[in-house]
Order: sequence, then C-alpha cells, then structure tokens
Amino acid sequence: MMDISIIVGTIVKIAIVVTITMLHVAYAVYFERKVIGHMQARLGPMRVGPHGLLQPIADFVKLFFKEDIVPSNADKPIFLIAPVISVVAALASLAVIPLWETFAIANINIGILYILALSSVGAYGIILAGWSSNSKYSFLGALRSSAQVISYEIAMGLSLVGVMMLAGSANLVDIVNAQSKYPFILIQPVAFFVFLMAAIAETNRAPFDLPEAETELVAGYFTEYSGIRFGLFFIAEYAGMFIMSAIAVICFFGGWKGPHFWILSHVPNIVWFLLKVYALIFFYYWIRATLPRYRYDQLMSLGWKLFIPLTLANIFVTGLVKLLY
Amino acid sequence: MFLGIKACGMPGTYIPSNYLPILIILIVATLVGLTPLILGVLVRPKRPYSIKLSPYESGNPPVGDTRYKFSVKFYIIAMLFMVFDVEAVFLYPWAVAYDKLGLYGFIEMMLFIFILLIGYIYAWEKGALEWE
Repeated sequence: MMDISIIVGTIVKIAIVVTITMLHVAYAVYFERKVIGHMQARLGPMRVGPHGLLQPIADFVKLFFKEDIVPSNADKPIFLIAPVISVVAALASLAVIPLWETFAIANINIGILYILALSSVGAYGIILAGWSSNSKYSFLGALRSSAQVISYEIAMGLSLVGVMMLAGSANLVDIVNAQSKYPFILIQPVAFFVFLMAAIAETNRAPFDLPEAETELVAGYFTEYSGIRFGLFFIAEYAGMFIMSAIAVICFFGGWKGPHFWILSHVPNIVWFLLKVYALIFFYYWIRATLPRYRYDQLMSLGWKLFIPLTLANIFVTGLVKLLY
Repeated sequence: MFLGIKACGMPGTYIPSNYLPILIILIVATLVGLTPLILGVLVRPKRPYSIKLSPYESGNPPVGDTRYKFSVKFYIIAMLFMVFDVEAVFLYPWAVAYDKLGLYGFIEMMLFIFILLIGYIYAWEKGALEWE
C-alpha cells in the first residue's frame, strides 16, 4: 500500500513550490520593468502602490477581467488548450529542481532528461498556438519559435553531458553534491557559456527573441490571444526563465551550497540558491537592455555551426582529461 | 535511488514510487492552468462581433489564407533535430556511466560521434545549415 502521508507531503511541497513560482512570475515582470527602466534612465512602473509595487497584482486583475477573444476562423479546441500545454510543461519542470538538499518534489535519477523532455513539450504549446490562431503573424512566429527551440535544445542537451560526466549522475541532487569542492563552472566554462546562450534562446528572450519580435511580428505566436490565456503564456515564459536559471545554478554554480567561512556558513541554503538564481535572471534583463536583436540566419548559424561543434569538442576534451587523470 | 513498491501478491507489478510526485505535479499544473480560465468565465465580458473576431493584420482586412506554403528549411531543421537529439540522448547514459566504462567506452563513443560528425559535415556542405 502506498503511504497516504507521502502523497499528502508531496501535495504540500507542490503547493509551496507552485505558489513561490507564481509570486516569482508576478514580481519577475515587475523586477524586469524596473531594471530595464533604470538602465534606460527611466523609473519604470511607479503609479500603483509605493514604487509601483502593486503593479503585478493590478496586471493580473486586469488580465483576469478581460474578454477572452477566440478568432472566428481559429481551430477552437487547439486554440483553447495551447496555453495550458505551455503552462503545464513549465510548471511540471519544477518537480525535479532541488531548492536545498532534502527539498525536491521528485528526487529522480533522470532529472536532466526530464527537464529537457518537458522543454520539448513546451514547443508543442508554441506551435499549436501559432497554427490554430490562423493568423499570419502567429503562424510565422510559431514556425520561427519552434525551429529556434529545437535547434538550441541540441546545444543545451550536449552542453550538460560534460556536467553529467563529471558528476557521474543525471540526478540534480547528486550533481550539486559532486560540486562540494568547487563549482563546475571552473572546469566547464565552455559548457556553461553554451548552456546560458541556449537557455536564452530556449525561453525566447532577447537577443534571441525573434519569435516575438515586436517590430515585425506584433507578438509572434500569441498575437491572437487576449485576457488570461495571454497571461498563461507569460506565466510559462517567466517560469521557464526561472527553471533554466535554476538548472544553470545547479549544474554550474553549486546549487544551494555557499561559502564555508565566518558568518556566511550560517546563511540558509535556500538563500544562496535564490541569490544565484536571481543573479542569473538579472543577467537576462541586463542583456535584454544592452544587446540588439539577432537576425534569423545569424541565430540559426550560431546554434548549428558554432554551439554544436563547440559542445562536441567539450565532450571530447572532458572525456580525454578524465581518462588521463 | 530507485525505490519501488511491490504491489502485494502480484508478480511483476511494480509501482515506481519516485515517479508518483511527477504524476501529481502534472495534475496540479493542469489545474493551475485551467482554474483561472474556468473562474474567468464568471467575471469576464463576452461581446463578440465579426470585426473583433477577425485575425489581426495591422488594421487591414485579412487577405488570403494563413496556411500557405512556407520555407522548406523548417523541414530540414526538423529532420536534423531528430538525428542530433537522438545522438544527445545516447550520450546521456554513456556520460552517467563514464567512470565505469574507461578507455573502451571513450573510444566507442568517439567513434559514434565521429560517424555523426561526417553526417554533420555532409549536411553543412550540402547547405542544409545555410539560411538564405
């Protein structure tokens, strides 16, 4: 018999993680607007609440009360279900992420594979949304986005092979524990660089945000969406950003581990973890405010002609060095 | 790591308990996605008319069908993805077991990557990776 307390415990854990993620999504949008505002010598949102702190809540209420428009020649069932697929793929990825050593919803030994599989499922949400909208902007955005996501997924998958070779496991808890002496970024800098670029492309963020390039495609694959369905795509995008940053922190920056000296060793693990994750998310915003958008041919050749050979070479070198020492 | 629970008395029945949370989170995530949609029906307005429901084309009346021919490049990318993603999946168990495989495993996998590399160079030479 399955112990009922395990199921209840799991549901409580899931409730905690999903609530944190929802709060993260709300305030990541606010944080992004503030950061980019200040980088462009503006103030960002200021009107709702002190320093615009209630802006995310106002946004949510607005989206919730907006009309849900379904275009007349859209594929109705697919159009309605596509944002839910995106959100499920993004939220389900949270299951394997360990916030600290004993806190992961599912401590399974195929953690990395699971994350990559679900990021492939996320591509379905995008392409189904674009296809079913029956609008030219949506369709082009979906084509671009799915081609980009699958191209960079290869580079991302290959960049993590080096990490798995060093840790001898695909379990995310084991990978963090393997970094107790030094974080893997010191010995896998190439893999980290490729992973970071691929993660930005995978989440359709600037400078690889061609699927939703405002100047040419309006909003890309979710042009026809309005109200809360539009909000669901936003949740999926920002949750995806959190997950990708968390994977980068777990695989390259030692996850929840912090420095072990003086007062710093008394800081709780979760603080270190979130600090690293938000430093990476800040980096996402920073490059969005700094870099111009790539051209599509440049994007594809960067992924196929540079990152894939680079990661294969990284696997070769890692294997060779591990063999010799 | 892989703790399973034998269902009582039934040979070959195996419930991987580590994967149960995955099932639960899939259900919870679906609920999180659907709840605002269903609750929203109660509060949001629904006042459709034909112009509002036409696809957005920057204010002009929509022209032609959306499902027209698109670049064959996207198909090539999809096929290449199949090849390389399968390669990546083959690399995972190898990477996890790398410590135990030693020199033999290293040479085996490098041969595998080398064969794929020939295909990669062929695709590159044929212009499959060019985006004009």
